[in-house]
Amino acid sequence: MNEMSSWSWLTGRLGWDSFPMVLAYQNPALSELIGAGAASLVVFGGLGAIILLTWFRLWGPLWRDWLTSVDHKRIGIMYIVLAFVMLLRGVIEGALMRTQQAAGLEGGFLTPDHFAELFSTHGTIMIFFVAMPFVAGLINYVMPLQIGARDVSFPVLNQISLGLTATGAALVMISLVVGQFSFGGWTAYPPFTGIDFQPGPGPDYWIWAVTFAGFGSTLTGINFAVTIYKERAPGMRYFRMPLFTWTAFCTAIIMVFAMPPLTVASLMLALDRYLDFHFFTNDLGGNMMNYANIFWLFGHPEVYLLVLPAYGVFSEVFATFSGKKLFGYTSLVVATMAISVLSFTVWLHHFFTMGQGANVNIAFGIATMFIAVPTGVKVYDWMATMYRGRIRMTTPMVYAVGFLILFVIGGLTGVILANPTIDYQVHNTLFLVAHFHNVLVPGVLFGMLAGYHYWFPKMFGFRLDEKWGTRAALLWIFGFSFTFFPLYVVGLMGMPRRTVSFDNPAFEPYMLVALFGAFLILSAIASLAMQLFVSIKNRQATQVFAGDPWDGRTLEWSISSPPPEYNFALVPEVDSRDAFTAAKAEEQWPPDIAEFEDIEMPSNTPIGIMIMVATTGLGFALVFHIWWLALAFLILAVGSVLIRSFQLDTIRIIPAEDVEREYQIWLEAVRTAHSVTRDRETSSDNKGAAKNALAGGPA
Amino acid sequence: MIESFLDPAGPIAEEQLWHLIKVTALTMVAVLPVFVLVPFLLWRYRYQAKRPDYDPEWERSPGLEILIWGVPFAIIGVLSFMLWRSTVALDPYKPISGTEKPIKVQVIGLDWKWLFIYPDLKIASVGELAFPADQPVELTLTTDTVMQSFMISALAGQIYAMPGMTTKLNLLAKGTGTFQGENTQYNGTGFHAQKFRALSMEGATFHAWVASVSAKGRLLDEPTYGKLAERATAKQSKAALGLSGAPDGALYFTLPEADIFQTVLARYRSGQPMMAHEQPGSPTYRPSGTGQ
Repeated sequence: MNEMSSWSWLTGRLGWDSFPMVLAYQNPALSELIGAGAASLVVFGGLGAIILLTWFRLWGPLWRDWLTSVDHKRIGIMYIVLAFVMLLRGVIEGALMRTQQAAGLEGGFLTPDHFAELFSTHGTIMIFFVAMPFVAGLINYVMPLQIGARDVSFPVLNQISLGLTATGAALVMISLVVGQFSFGGWTAYPPFTGIDFQPGPGPDYWIWAVTFAGFGSTLTGINFAVTIYKERAPGMRYFRMPLFTWTAFCTAIIMVFAMPPLTVASLMLALDRYLDFHFFTNDLGGNMMNYANIFWLFGHPEVYLLVLPAYGVFSEVFATFSGKKLFGYTSLVVATMAISVLSFTVWLHHFFTMGQGANVNIAFGIATMFIAVPTGVKVYDWMATMYRGRIRMTTPMVYAVGFLILFVIGGLTGVILANPTIDYQVHNTLFLVAHFHNVLVPGVLFGMLAGYHYWFPKMFGFRLDEKWGTRAALLWIFGFSFTFFPLYVVGLMGMPRRTVSFDNPAFEPYMLVALFGAFLILSAIASLAMQLFVSIKNRQATQVFAGDPWDGRTLEWSISSPPPEYNFALVPEVDSRDAFTAAKAEEQWPPDIAEFEDIEMPSNTPIGIMIMVATTGLGFALVFHIWWLALAFLILAVGSVLIRSFQLDTIRIIPAEDVEREYQIWLEAVRTAHSVTRDRETSSDNKGAAKNALAGGPA
Repeated sequence: MIESFLDPAGPIAEEQLWHLIKVTALTMVAVLPVFVLVPFLLWRYRYQAKRPDYDPEWERSPGLEILIWGVPFAIIGVLSFMLWRSTVALDPYKPISGTEKPIKVQVIGLDWKWLFIYPDLKIASVGELAFPADQPVELTLTTDTVMQSFMISALAGQIYAMPGMTTKLNLLAKGTGTFQGENTQYNGTGFHAQKFRALSMEGATFHAWVASVSAKGRLLDEPTYGKLAERATAKQSKAALGLSGAPDGALYFTLPEADIFQTVLARYRSGQPMMAHEQPGSPTYRPSGTGQ
């Protein structure tokens, strides 16, 4: 700890030994060097970004068009960028852990503490700063477009939610450079994360990262739910909403109910650590079982919160690329709602082995297995959607098919784990690790990546490269399989999770196969980067400004790509499901707009970035017990909200002439874009007009 | 040394493995068709096939929907019944019916080893848990640090052990053998080394083992326990305490008059705060009586 007591009012418990680079200098072992290397990557990455922004004079556009924007589309894209950046770190950490365990037969190159930090940050990052922002980003971008809205209900709140999520991610990144992260895993079970056992800053980083991000997610949930309740276009009844919007709706409701328990659990842990409370301590009546209970009351709905939007993406992808209506729309909606409700009734299965009676375990075990029913229904409905269709194997479809095959294996192992009898054996082993990766990678991540490919042309006006896209998708599918199927086996063989090394030589071959899988996943990441590079380079050839590159079925495809800030020049009227398909069939598209009107939009504000800076500073100051700094940032956070509340000029008007001009430009693009048949949709002929009544080309 | 329930050595692990096989087989009814049908559909309805039965409007089929909902319901219904029966039958708290009286062992989880106390035999051990074959073993568990999870996979599943609380686990080994025991709940630097040997012995061998522990064991008085509770693996503790005689990785003790298990439990229920230096497992823990 810090010995300079006379300066501790100024620097709290921050000292030279808080810096991994200093530690690596003092003790240049491989484990320390890896820590210092990671810290340098963050520092140089940050510096590099600053230099590039300055060099290309991008600070102005970054500030005006992105950081202060309240446009749901830009906020959505920023969420997704955050998710990709954090995904890179999470995957590297995962690969590092695979490497350690491949070398882990009675040894390895990482210290146990470094390994513990890795599995803690890996889990925290992947759940809270990859999966959550990706889901929030995709919903943010797509959902308002699908329901024919001009923005979410609370655009400024939306910006603040993004700021709070970024705060959490920033704190986890800072922990690489200053101090160290928790050793307590992403679930941070006390008493191990209590002050007695980890007096250092690690668990505090976890607490504030998760508290701020979790609070942001609660606000996001409220925002999405209200948007779907209140902002649907005329005629967009609930049972006409696209399935992605339905899943967004259920996810939003889960967020509202499931995120507060997380905030409560982490703040109670904070009270234990900062103010000597005894909620979860060993002594004075504290009870760690209560933490497990509250945490998983969030934690289980959380995984459904993440996977439902992925189901939504797959529903859109299967229908679009099979050229067919979604089979069993009502079934899929009912199944989505059933999963949402059931997700709140199963949390106890995370601690079957805590010593409660058999009857409690039976109730929660059966409830858990019943989630397999609506999930199975969805899988078969998607298969029935392909039946009698005309299937195009584009990149999103490759992900979707990989998902179908791999996800049912995750479902099988989920049913296995739901049996307390078996859970007593495989809980806390790599079998469990394999299971949740099996639902989170092919389920959530493949869903998000499929959505990224599917909606990328909508976001940026050009298509992603198909060749690199397919390569990345296949590498993900095989990489996942090689990495995690061996873990099922060693889990059954008795290898516990979170073990830095092991002494059973029988595990070794499986660890090597898993390492090969990790290498494939790294290649998948490299292919995604390559794809982005190639796609940006070739963007002129893949322009789809006309807006409908995939012969889409839902409203987001009925407008230009990228859409104007106000989304719809004229708010559409809806009279059926697959509203855009119907409009195309009835030759009601593009709509004739008799009279353009002024459009009122919310004006830019820096409140979100202010909140982000203030809460990041607050979190950092709290982690290192620098109380004056914490107070200063708290005042900044509260003060910015107060000042914003007195600001009366919060809207701006987009004049009708501007709307009309932009609409005419788009109409011209639609007129000149020849429609292509679907077998030419990945070629440069595809200019984004799938059916073109204006040009009279072939349908 | 057997490490897994895939190679079961007792009736509970045997049942658990059998249950795993049955659940997997039954769930396959819903899983296998996906493996078969997805490639089939992708091939048959590929874009280039230009099949005449393409029907973009086809979205409903009551018969198919009944099948899609009904089959999973039926499977899960059967599985639920099986889950209920097996969970009751294999409840770790349920004593195992046997002809012989169960042998009682109190388990205290420490960082990073398990202490096994045989209250009726007045001995204790670390690194080795011995018991007679074909005789039920009744474990009562707690910890004197953070939460841990106790498992001997070849015999029975795991159960959490938590400070100030007790949990129970009943097990039985069919015949003699050596099985790996471990902690599966991460508890710090030495977690990966928190393993022990579970030894199922013939009656006579067990009596000899007890005699050997009594003869070689050091008295587990307060200072010795305090030192044992320091953060260290079994091997490190053995060196720190200067113990010799017991087999590799094992530590033998004899019991004092005081009830160690109850003392450890009671400390957390005293209503008095526990300072970090009094808390085993804390990096600042200093055992009492060492003068530090």
